[in-house]
Order: sequence, then C-alpha cells, then structure tokens
Amino acid sequence: MKAKQSVLVIGGGIAGIQASLDLANRGLKVYLVEKTPSIGGRMAQLDKTFPTMDCSICILAPKMIECLRHPNITLLTYSEIENVSGSVGNFRVKVVKKPRFIDEEKCTGCGECAQHCPTEVPNEFDMNLGIRKAIYVPFPQAVPLKFTIDEENCIKCGLCQRTCKAGAVDFDQKPEITNLNVGAIIMATGFELFDARRISEYGYGRYRDVLLSLEFERMLSASGPTGGHLMKWSDGHVPRRIAFIQCVGSRSLKGGVHFCSSSCCVYATKEAILVREHNPECEVYIFYNELKVFGKGFQDFVTRAQDEWGVKYIRALPGEVVENPETHNLTIWYEDTKENVTKNIETDLVVLCPALVPRMSNKELAGILTLELDEYGFFKPRDMLYTPVDTNVPGVFICGYCQGPKDIPESVAQASGAAARAAEAIALKASGGVH
Amino acid sequence: MEHAGEAARIGVFVCHCGINIGGVVNVPEVVEYAKTLPGVIYAEGNLYTCSSEGISKIKEGIAKHNLNRIIVASCTPRTHEPLFRAACEEAGVNRYLFEMANIRDQCSWAHMHEPEKATEKAKDLVRMAVAKARLLKPLEEPEIDVTPSVLIIGGGISGMTAAFCLANQGFKVYIVEKEPELGGMLRHIHKLCPSMEDASQGLDHIVNTVNSNKSINVLTSTVVKQVKGFIGNFEVAVERTNGETTNFEVGTVIVATGAANFEPIGMYGYGEYSNVMTQLQLEKLLKDGQLKKPEKVVMIQCVGAREEKGRTYCSRICCMTALKNAMLIKELYPDTDVYVLFRDLQAYGTHYEDWHRRAQDAGVKFIKYVLEKPPQVVQGENGKITINVYHALLDEQVKISSDLLVLSTPLIPQEGTKELSQKLKVPVGSDGFFFEAHVKLRPIDFATDGIYVCGTAHSPKDIAESVSQAFGVASRAAIPMAIKRLRVEAITAMVDEGLCTGCGTCIRLCPYSAIQKDEKGVARVTSVVCKGCGTCAASCPERAITMGHFTDEQVRAQALAALGRVFA
Repeated sequence: MKAKQSVLVIGGGIAGIQASLDLANRGLKVYLVEKTPSIGGRMAQLDKTFPTMDCSICILAPKMIECLRHPNITLLTYSEIENVSGSVGNFRVKVVKKPRFIDEEKCTGCGECAQHCPTEVPNEFDMNLGIRKAIYVPFPQAVPLKFTIDEENCIKCGLCQRTCKAGAVDFDQKPEITNLNVGAIIMATGFELFDARRISEYGYGRYRDVLLSLEFERMLSASGPTGGHLMKWSDGHVPRRIAFIQCVGSRSLKGGVHFCSSSCCVYATKEAILVREHNPECEVYIFYNELKVFGKGFQDFVTRAQDEWGVKYIRALPGEVVENPETHNLTIWYEDTKENVTKNIETDLVVLCPALVPRMSNKELAGILTLELDEYGFFKPRDMLYTPVDTNVPGVFICGYCQGPKDIPESVAQASGAAARAAEAIALKASGGVH
Repeated sequence: MEHAGEAARIGVFVCHCGINIGGVVNVPEVVEYAKTLPGVIYAEGNLYTCSSEGISKIKEGIAKHNLNRIIVASCTPRTHEPLFRAACEEAGVNRYLFEMANIRDQCSWAHMHEPEKATEKAKDLVRMAVAKARLLKPLEEPEIDVTPSVLIIGGGISGMTAAFCLANQGFKVYIVEKEPELGGMLRHIHKLCPSMEDASQGLDHIVNTVNSNKSINVLTSTVVKQVKGFIGNFEVAVERTNGETTNFEVGTVIVATGAANFEPIGMYGYGEYSNVMTQLQLEKLLKDGQLKKPEKVVMIQCVGAREEKGRTYCSRICCMTALKNAMLIKELYPDTDVYVLFRDLQAYGTHYEDWHRRAQDAGVKFIKYVLEKPPQVVQGENGKITINVYHALLDEQVKISSDLLVLSTPLIPQEGTKELSQKLKVPVGSDGFFFEAHVKLRPIDFATDGIYVCGTAHSPKDIAESVSQAFGVASRAAIPMAIKRLRVEAITAMVDEGLCTGCGTCIRLCPYSAIQKDEKGVARVTSVVCKGCGTCAASCPERAITMGHFTDEQVRAQALAALGRVFA
C-alpha cells in the first residue's frame, strides 16, 4: 500500500515549527496549520529565555522564516482543522482558512493600511496591555507578514482599502477550504493560561498593578507595549518593589489544577533578573512554595539570581493581596512558616505565575481525531514511559506542552521525536511493517 | 552570477531590531554614514532586517542596485547569518559575499546607557565590515555523500529506542554497548514511576525488538576505540573486551552513554554502617524481595547534589525515586514509618505532582531541611541509626532513630565521558555531562555536524524524557541520511604549496585532524573535515595557510578600519 509522503502539523509554536523543519529537511512534505494569523506561538511573546538569557524572538525568527521559505513546507495560517478521516499512511484532512479580508498574494506588509485604520483594539500579542488596529499584523516579525482584518472590530469604513497601494484589501473574501492527504499527523497545540481571576484573593482583574507573568514578560520586552520600560500599570510610576507569586492555580486542590507547570520557578527567576537588570534600584521578591530547579543548569541559574542579582526568595503561599486605593500599592499578606507569624510586604507590582493549562480547543480536536485526553485535557500518550509521543490513534503523534508540562528545550527535543515517529510510521506503512 | 572580478558594489542594511538597537543607536545616522563609505552603493534601515519584509528588502536591493556585496548590521551571525546568506544566494549573490556587523550584542546592548558613543561605535563596526566586504571572494561549498548508517554509543533505553526507530526508517544501525548485555541503568531498577510496572517488562520487550531487527547490529562487550572523519563519512573502530577490533563506516553518530550513580562514600555513614545505603541499593533489595521489615526508614535527598560548590546541579529524578521506594515500603510494611528529608521536592509535571500527594496520603512523612544545616548522623544502639535534623518548618531540631538510612544520590556523568568527548571532539559542560549545541533550540545536537546526544548522557532525566530525546535524535540523525547528499561549510584553510616547508606545526595543532602531509611532503587540508577555526593559519611560521573568508588581507583591512584609517 502506498503511504503519503506528507505530514500535517497542527500548531505553529516552537514545537510545531521544529517538527515541521525536521520533516521538511529530510524531504517529506509538511502542512503546518496555525489558527492565529502568524506562526511563532508563545515563544514569540517571550522577552528572553532562561538560563542563557537569549533574546527569544531573535533565536526564533530565523526558524519562522525558514518555515516560510522552505520548499517542502506549506503554511496554512489563520486556519483550523474541520475534519479528519482515514488512517495512518493516508489521512484526509479538511482545513478551513478564515478570511483575512486581505489578498495574501498582493499584501506587501507595508503597514500603510494600519496607519490609517481608525479602530484601536487591545493587542492580544501584548496580552492586551498594548493596542493594535482592526487591520493588523500581530507582531513585526510575523510569518507570514500579511495583514489581517479583524472582522469583529472592523467598522468597514474602507480607509484601508482606499490607502492600500497594492489593492490587497478584499471585503468579500470567504472562508477557504483546503483538502489535504497526509501520511501522519503531529499535534503541537501548546498551552493557555489559567484564569487567575478564579484565585480572587490575589486581585487579578480588580487591581491594575496585579499582572500575569506573560503580561509582565511583554512589559519587559523592548518591542512590548512600554518599549521595555517597567512601570506601575495604574499610574506609570517606576516600581521600586516587585513581588512574584508562584503556583497561582497550579499544584492546587481547591480552585485550580493539581499539576505543576514545571517552568514557572525558573521563568520567574528570569523575569526577576531582568527587573534587576532594567532597574537595579528595584527590589524583587519571589514567593514560592517548592522551588523547582530540576532542569539542566536551573539550580546554578537560581543561585546566580540570589547571589549576583540580589533576588530574594520567600517560601510562603501568600493568603491575600490588598490594594491601597490611593497609592495603588499592593500589600501581600503571607504566613512566615519559620516564625509562625503572619507578615506583610508592600509592593508596587505583583506578578502572578498562573498554571499553564492545555488548550480548551484540545477537546474539539480530540473529537475530530478520536484522540484520548487525560484528566486535565493534555493529549494522552499511548504509553507514558516508552511511547511518550504516540497516541491511541496510529499515525497521530503529540509533542510540546500539549503532551504535558515542559520547557522550550524539552518541547524542541520532543518535537524532533514526534517527527521521527511520523517518518517512521510512513516508512513502515510504505514497506508493510508494523509500528 | 560571478562577482569575483567585479568592483565591489556594497549594500548595507542596518537593523533597528525594534528598539534593541534603534532605542540606543541612531540608526538613520549610521545609514547615512554607511552611504559615504567607499564602495557602498546603497544603504537603508529596517525595523527588523530578519523579518520576511527585511529579507525582501535585501533581495530587492540586490536586483535594483546590482549589488554584489551585502552587509547586514544587526545582531549575531551565530543565529542569523544562515538566513541572510540564504537571502543573498536566492538573489544571485554568492553566500560568502555576505558580511555581518554585530551592532547589537557588541554595541547597543553593551553600551545601553551611552547612546551617542554607541552610535559612533556602530559606525566603526559598519566601516570595518565595509573594509572587509570589499575584499570578499565568492566561495563554493563542497558537496559530500552521506553513508546511510548510524553508530549509537550506549545500549540503554535511550540508545535502544533511537536504534529501532532509525532501523524502522530504513537505516543501518550499529549499537555499541560496553556491558555484556543491552539494558543499561534500567536493568538495575525495580519498579517504574508513575505506572509502577516492573522495569524488566518494558525493557525485555525493547531488548527483544532491538535484537530481532535485522538492520540493527548489536555489539555488546564492546567499546568505541576511535572515530575519525566528518558528517556523512565517519570511520569507526570498535574493540571487544577480548581485544578483537572491527572497523565500519557510518554517516552519523549518536551518544547515548547514560549516567552513573554517585557513591556517597564518607557521607552520612555510608560505607561505615551496613544499614546506610543508596536508593539504587534499596532498589536491589526490593527487587530481590530481600528487604526485611524495618520499623523506621529515613531517606535523605540531595546527598551530593545541589551543593554549594562542586555538584551544584539538581539530579531531577531522585525525589521521585525516593517517593516511589517510600510507597513501595509502605505497601510491603504498612506500619513502617518512612521519613523523607528533603530540601525542595522536585515533583513536577502532571504525574509526579500527583505522586507527591499520594505519598502524603499513604503516610510518608516529609521533613524539610536546609543546605546550611544538613542532617547529622550518629550511630545508635542495636544497629539503629540516629539522625538529627533541623526541621525548617518547625524551626527545631528533630531526632529520629531509624533502622535504615537511604541516601538519594545524584546521577553523575558516565565513566569515560571525558575520553569519549575527546574521541568525538564534542564538549562536556561544567557539570561533566555532554554539552549540547544550543541549550534552547538545539538541545540534542552537538555543535559538530552529524553527532547527536540523548538521554542521561545529556543530563539527568527520567525514562519518558530520555525516550523523547531518543526519538528526537532519531529524527536529527535521519535528516542527513535521508537526503543522502550535503553541502558543507566553505570557510576552510588553504595551503600555498609553494610556501609550505612541511614543518608539520599545523598538523599537530589541528583539533579536527583535518591536515595531513601529502606525497610532496607539504600540508594538505581535507576541506570537508576542516571546521575553519583558523588555528593552523595563525600558527603557520611561513604564512602559507590562508583562511577562506578570513584572509590576512581581509582581516588587516578590517583592523585598519577599526583604527579609523579611511581606505580608498
């Protein structure tokens, strides 16, 4: 039986990108489907990466461009999977591309349109801290660099259409259906953030100076909404003390998820170092419960944060964050487990590290592909020890955070692993072997 | 397009890198300055030169202004040079007619608080790049064939997993294991967390799969003696314990040598008292059904790990090993008290965090200690071990009298890691484990092409993580073998036969063994083996060796430009 020499990769974050490049570089045809207007995923939103402090987008962008330019990769952005049938060696996949209302062939990415667009909306890429226009690219290094009109917010004034020199704006665009035939499928859908409003005692959503770690990451970023300047979100003042709270909704038996997100202790350490680097006057505290330093180089990184950067770690799960309505300063109440007394500390900004949870949309995809999910909504490996990237469906593989909590290098290695299994499945199908 | 003989028509693209550069360096000023330099035909600034828009601008510039030398003043060639080189090539300019000026890492980041001086330095760096670019010559990358076979060093779970995955993809596999049988560390493990299945169950299955696969050549009681050559063409010599040697050729090499367990001699009475043992020794007792009922068991975590100096790293798997064995003891002997003395419990992810809770529910008692006040051991009576520990959460000293003291010791680099790293010319990190090409984005590649690493040879990890990496290297190694032919870097050393006296200095110094003496008695470089490090060129007493892309003339021009010398 003939097996299709092609693979569908679902999700254009670092895991999906790595899996796609590995497969394409060995000569298989890849369809990379991403539901947002650009590939890049979460890693594109990060300022720096631990423990090397590499600029995240700087090391990611070349890989994104490689996906765009690779003759074996077809990018299907702003697209979603509608239907999958068939089996290993020959899956039939129906992909729906949402209308960008832009002719991608014509759009040059010049940005003239966005300059004239009168409608401003919160920028999701900046975790809604900054603004974008209703016609937009999510970020300057977006791949493909093609504008998208956000149908929900566009007032159809037509200014973009009139100013676009390339004549790329097309308000009549309809959803497009692409039918694919692939030998294997790789899932790499990543994660989303736990809704920190559900841990109401920390005041997220009520107090403007309580931020999520990914919001704070955007604030730290030179290309973010503040141009990399740290500020109290309430009044723009320079913060003199910042506190991080770990395990917001994770490792929790009430109101959250049971599991540990596995990267928060170290990325909080990274953000804390960045604060000290930006502003040596600003004090930083990290409230932690159990310091997870199990990865390669993590312990040394935390030691450096303490000894060289003066980051202070406090082992306590804070009970409450209270805002002073006049100054917007935030008081964190916590129990000092050593002295057995309740203490408090006043800070300018509180950064919450929320549980990183599997995407809600995994449920729908699991339905379409008949995949099993675990109790939390992660795709379930066929065998958790020996076949961590296989699923209950032969020919469908998983990698990255959607398989279980992990950091970037683990996602990258596992993405290559899923690529190997996909190539192996196609090779075996073609030769009549058994996986 | 051939640009060798033409006068240089240089295009300079200066990147703002958002505000990474643009926030410090006055980019428009640098662009205007670049335009004044000799040979520069065109210059422009880009928000992000690496974006698809920036890449188009380079290509447009080449077409429109007939440029034959390209300079991008932006970040580091380490991450971005391949991208810009490819853009040049696509627009018809030889990829070696490209030069980069690093005005971010070496300028805007380093001089964040001095924007004016940073702008001047950016101009200096651009002037240097222009001085060099004028003298650049096109180079051609040699093509090589790739032997479709792979050497896997280590027959543990990682090596075996990579082996069958690659064999199934159609490649010939040689798996070399120093022990008489396959299996590695897993052979010594009793049960596996979190499924609690017998380790032997899965292991036997994989050993059988590997042994029965006709494409896999299993070489047990064998060690690697020598690896010569380069990606696509490695010549391997292995030696059996009986002294027999075998030679074969492979296209790629995978390091899956695993790790060893630290023996805590002299710590907590280990080696002194018979009832003090490591987790690995406890595993054996449990596996053999030899553990007699203890009334109390104490386990100490981080014994020889997360130290202030020396082994500073966390060994990742010991907390879960302790929980697993603690639960197994509770299962066997429900009234035995088990205490785990820990610093920070490394229960991560979904399953392990659950395990921590289950251990608590099963009655395992946890005591947090701190590095500054580690537990103390004093021998008690009747073979009991008495442990004094400062309970960090109660802020008091606690005394426990126990029948058994189990030490959770870290995985340490496998014996012979240093020697193997020298044979393969790949690095080890400060922790003694093999060191990958890039911590974030190339976690299982070595910087040397065609050599990969997986499993605990890279750092401590559990089985699922080792297996994930093993499948990962099965993809990385498959890439060159599947495409069969490769282009390799053209920046290599060239010997001027007329000047070479055959003194052999370069041959001795070359870290890649890329230079031999030919029949005429002069040095000859095997260009596909040469990594372009330049050691030979720098040390040649006759100046007979030239480095492509870094000729004396080019480097001198760049250096003079740095000193402000205006060139014409």
